[in-house]
Amino acid sequence: MAKTLTIAMSKNAQLLALFAVACTAIVAIVHLLTKDEIEFQQQQKLLRNLNSIIADNSYNNVIYQDCLILPSASLGTATAQKVYRARNNNTPVSAAITTIAPDGYNGNIELLIAINIDGTVSGVRTLKHQETPGLGDKIEIRKSDWINSFVGKKLANQNDSRWQVKKDGGMFDQFTGATITPRAVVKAVRNTVNYFNSHKNELFDSASNCHIETSGKESL
Amino acid sequence: MKFTDEYKELAWQGLWKNNPGLVQLLGLCPLLAVTSTLTNAIGLGLATLFVLICSNATVSAIRQWVPKEIRIPIFVLIIASFVTCVQLLMNAYTFGLYQSLGIFLPLIVTNCAIIGRAEAYASKNPVKQASFDGLMMGLGFLLVLMLLGAVREVLGQGTLFDGANLLLGDWANVLRIEVYQLDTQFLLVILPPGAFIVMGFFIAIKNVIDERIAQAKPKIVNQEISRVRVNFDEK
Repeated sequence: MAKTLTIAMSKNAQLLALFAVACTAIVAIVHLLTKDEIEFQQQQKLLRNLNSIIADNSYNNVIYQDCLILPSASLGTATAQKVYRARNNNTPVSAAITTIAPDGYNGNIELLIAINIDGTVSGVRTLKHQETPGLGDKIEIRKSDWINSFVGKKLANQNDSRWQVKKDGGMFDQFTGATITPRAVVKAVRNTVNYFNSHKNELFDSASNCHIETSGKESL
Repeated sequence: MKFTDEYKELAWQGLWKNNPGLVQLLGLCPLLAVTSTLTNAIGLGLATLFVLICSNATVSAIRQWVPKEIRIPIFVLIIASFVTCVQLLMNAYTFGLYQSLGIFLPLIVTNCAIIGRAEAYASKNPVKQASFDGLMMGLGFLLVLMLLGAVREVLGQGTLFDGANLLLGDWANVLRIEVYQLDTQFLLVILPPGAFIVMGFFIAIKNVIDERIAQAKPKIVNQEISRVRVNFDEK
């Protein structure tokens, strides 16, 4: 009795293992087949984002390969961020920095901020957020062009008081019914521009240390 | 029972009588979460439909070799593999939609409608019928998703097919219909509570229709179909 039970159990275990191997094999094959395409799509997406805030005729390097990982402490974010550097014949033109505004209404807001070498903002894009649809999501370029109000703006000094939402006495509009979201975005952009202004040279001089292969984030 | 009758019955069960969305109320999590626009609803519905057909066919094809003690882990393995494949394929070929469906794509694994069909039907029936059952159940689910997505999108932001290019490519931008102009979106409908409310109305409407049909029909002797759906009450 005990023996037949053991036989049945080991048979079942073998069968289960066989299925596990077969299923893993199928997934592995599909992964291999789609790997390059997924990587390409991620690259394209990054490039689209970069080119929407940095004019693509202003630089001639391979911008997504010219990438630097910033230690998390430098922008005050929880995770390490990246800088993509645009150069024209090796002269620095502008840099696109990813950052996180941790104080959105509903968690983190991931941003991509491009800053020209003279310190003016070249463009800002929201990469990811969970703000309230219809209210806070106007930070998306799809929904509203509010995010373009940063374009051409410059920090006069470290504590430029114009870099706040209008409600707090600054120059940026808030949204009807949503002040916290734009306030968080303005603050994150201001911090990033500040950081850029004080670290410009080392940002452009450091050797590239991240590529799209490693930066291709597995987003669930 | 005649061959075609069997398929008719399967279709009837999947699309109306035992609709996974409206009657079995399975897979509510993705159903309610992604139906804020019609495009998202179609994307998730098609992915679920595909997984359901594949898993039903596979489960049915291997039903003779799988001892009943380990059938559940094997079903889960099969379903999870198909979902992962769909996820990879969508990541590669419908990147924008993949991004907007987010976590709900891998969550198809947890859609009880799929393992429910594998267990209740596919594991006891031949491949052809099982695939057809998968198709019909999947279609039933897809239709509910689409209806919910359409109603919520129209009420919430006054459009239809917003973002269809994510699913179908750039030409699909022409599909976008602006039903009416909204200054601010109708938030309640877009957020999950709205999904629950709209869903409640759908279920109510279905029940009313069923009742009307039952009343309109003169009582005929119940043609009990003995074969179909053996253990629905288990779940």
